[in-house]
Amino acid sequence: MVKYFINKVIASYYLAIITMSLLSHLVFTEAVHAADGKLISTTGVTQVEGTGGSGIVPWATLSGYDSREQISANAFISRANVDDYELDIIGLSASFYDRVEVSLAQQKFTIDATGDKIEQDIIGAKVRLYGDVVYSPWPQISAGVQHKILKDSAVADALGANNSDRGTDVYLSLTKVHLGAVFGFNALWNTTFRYTNANQLGLLGFGGTNDNREIVLEASAAVLLSRHLAIGIDYREKPDNLDTSEDDWKNLFISYSPNKSISLTAAWLRLGSIAGVDNQDGIYLSLTGHF
Amino acid sequence: MKLIILLALTLLISCASQPSNLYNKIGGEQTIERIATHFVDEIGNDEIIVAYFEKSNVDRFHQSFKIHLCSLIDGPCKYEGDDLKEVHRGMNITEGDFNRIVDLLINAMRTAGLTHRERNRVLARVAPFRGEIIYQ
Repeated sequence: MVKYFINKVIASYYLAIITMSLLSHLVFTEAVHAADGKLISTTGVTQVEGTGGSGIVPWATLSGYDSREQISANAFISRANVDDYELDIIGLSASFYDRVEVSLAQQKFTIDATGDKIEQDIIGAKVRLYGDVVYSPWPQISAGVQHKILKDSAVADALGANNSDRGTDVYLSLTKVHLGAVFGFNALWNTTFRYTNANQLGLLGFGGTNDNREIVLEASAAVLLSRHLAIGIDYREKPDNLDTSEDDWKNLFISYSPNKSISLTAAWLRLGSIAGVDNQDGIYLSLTGHF
Repeated sequence: MKLIILLALTLLISCASQPSNLYNKIGGEQTIERIATHFVDEIGNDEIIVAYFEKSNVDRFHQSFKIHLCSLIDGPCKYEGDDLKEVHRGMNITEGDFNRIVDLLINAMRTAGLTHRERNRVLARVAPFRGEIIYQ
């Protein structure tokens, strides 16, 4: 019954994003107010913690199509479904003048075996420090922060996390598009350095026996097969603070942006060991609407 | 592992094979002429962008654009026209409108028969001039 209700809520959220995107597409293509100042597909999509990026890695790009004179609002919904767990995420973001992005995401992690749920809210901010992902000679560079508020701390406590309440990640991302670089196709790479102690995004608390903060490396590479279609890979190095070991995350993604109002991403995930259960593989689906 | 990722990325970017002469590959002077003609048409039909060209001499733009493009894609031309910063002074072309112009150029290249990959390669040669065009 509860599950049915949750699915209904999620379905209506999907519907709302699609409807609003299509409406804004119809309305704004006639007016000039829409945030449409970037080239299509150059904003990336929305990553699992709610900021602009790929599936699991934050990029230096902001989440909207705003250029220096514009403001954009974005909404997203994502679901990761691996062997023994599910992760549902919804969120909103706004980006201002291609300079600052603020974001809010709500994660709901479900343990299939027990039906237990762990919820976490993430408040994010990102500032573009240098460059333009397409045009500048050096990569676009942004710095960001993700403040994570863990609402269900029982599992984090049971696994021995140092902090089961809240944690803050800071990161620096470098992203560059190379026009025509791979046999004439546009290519993109991203490298992110994250200072974190979040176990499995923070869903399993922060730190182990100690605070355990460290710098981890995250990277993406993608090729744009057309102006609307990108395929790529993500790699996300993870902390490993708990006795139940945590593995680096990998995925292979495909992303489709038919217009500047909507983008759809599907990915094949390899998340390794999560909370003591190994080899968590599965699929990821994500929808972002730009308004 | 970190090293492997960085190596893979470097390899991905550097395995970029560039055709020796882009000008010949896309069909030389005739194709450039077609791109320039379609580009002028695209601009003329775009109510936002055409406003920037209010005081411009269209024939002169057509001619300079052709020669400049030819020189940028390995053609047998030498652009000796005005400095781009000078040409765009006072126009105050915004970042968003610049991308709109890029979209018009992409349309023009498509109409002129260039493939997606050829269009990307041409854009790669043109893109570095953005700094001399926007917000002048």
